Amino acid sequence: MSKFTRKGKKGTPAVSTASLPDIIFMLLFFFMVVTVMREDDPKVIVIKPNATETEKLEKKSLVDYINVGTPSDTRFGTEPKIQLDDSFAEVADIQFWIKENRDKRDEAEKPLITTSLKVDSDVKMGVVTDIKQELRESQALKINYSVNKGSALDNN
Amino acid sequence: MARRPLQEINAGSMADIAFLLLIFFLVTTTMDQDIGILRQLPPPVPEDLITPPVKKRNVYEVLVNSRNQLLVENERMNIRDLKEGAKMFYTNPNKDPDLPILTRQTKGNLQESINLLQQAIAQDPSNKQLKSDLKKWQGKMSAVELIGEYDELPTSALISLQNDRGTKYAMYISVQNELSAAINELRNDLSEDKFGVAYSELNPAVSDDKPKILAIRAVYPQRISEAEPKDISGGS
Repeated sequence: MSKFTRKGKKGTPAVSTASLPDIIFMLLFFFMVVTVMREDDPKVIVIKPNATETEKLEKKSLVDYINVGTPSDTRFGTEPKIQLDDSFAEVADIQFWIKENRDKRDEAEKPLITTSLKVDSDVKMGVVTDIKQELRESQALKINYSVNKGSALDNN
Repeated sequence: MARRPLQEINAGSMADIAFLLLIFFLVTTTMDQDIGILRQLPPPVPEDLITPPVKKRNVYEVLVNSRNQLLVENERMNIRDLKEGAKMFYTNPNKDPDLPILTRQTKGNLQESINLLQQAIAQDPSNKQLKSDLKKWQGKMSAVELIGEYDELPTSALISLQNDRGTKYAMYISVQNELSAAINELRNDLSEDKFGVAYSELNPAVSDDKPKILAIRAVYPQRISEAEPKDISGGS
């Protein structure tokens, strides 16, 4: 017959998956770069207060976190507790903890270390004041009150 | 011996391996950016430190009690009014005698002070205090050159914040936030006025913006001081 007739029915050609690995790799690298390993699971419940005048914490690797709130496991009571890294701690442990964290860092990075306080809205200032005094004693003077974005007037 | 042609490695499973890794990183990633109010704590003070007396009008006293109530300059205040109050303290537009008296900084009087200091340094070149004073005055000079004459807050003027041990943390953050908001608004207004951009848009990493930031900070310094903790009412 004529040479223009189609030979049989041609289905849609299969999409080439040859570039799939490249796409996946691209995503992979993106996530590898932005990933900071989750360091500690929260052992205390922290509902952060709201504030508007916030700043971003730039270098995550230079931030140490102090969590304060009621324990999520009620066996530890309902009084607010301090969590450093992965365990509960007392106010008196903070100085040693700061020193340990400082020793882990390079000399050049030491002045840039920020201590971020993640404190529950309902915690009384007594605990926070004690923590701040300990931080002053150990010369960890850069601190950050961790908050959520929102109107501060709604806090109370 | 004839070499066998190299056998090609099957790359079909490459995608699977990459997927596996991808999913691992997806799960471990925390994207949440930590935001907060940055503050610099004062270094610990020696116990025998004698603080020079400060004029009462130069201190904006903010007290928060254990029932989360505000006492500002010895009067009850709603948190909603705190921002305006702090702005009044910083600018004192009505020349209120109970608020700090601002001094006009002009090129003339700054140059005078700088000249005096330079003479003093020429006589006593090893005095570090004089040199740091000179630097301060020169900083003010460059501020005046950039934004013109401005009214300067007395060096001892500050906002003093004191809270009770029983104050709720949320209330404390609200107060800190409102005080910061007052200063940031003043800075933003000044920056908009002089440079046409908000203060928050200025980037300290850009060499053009750096002097602008310093100038604005010279006009509206952030002076929020927290009193040494005292147990007022015995709450915990």
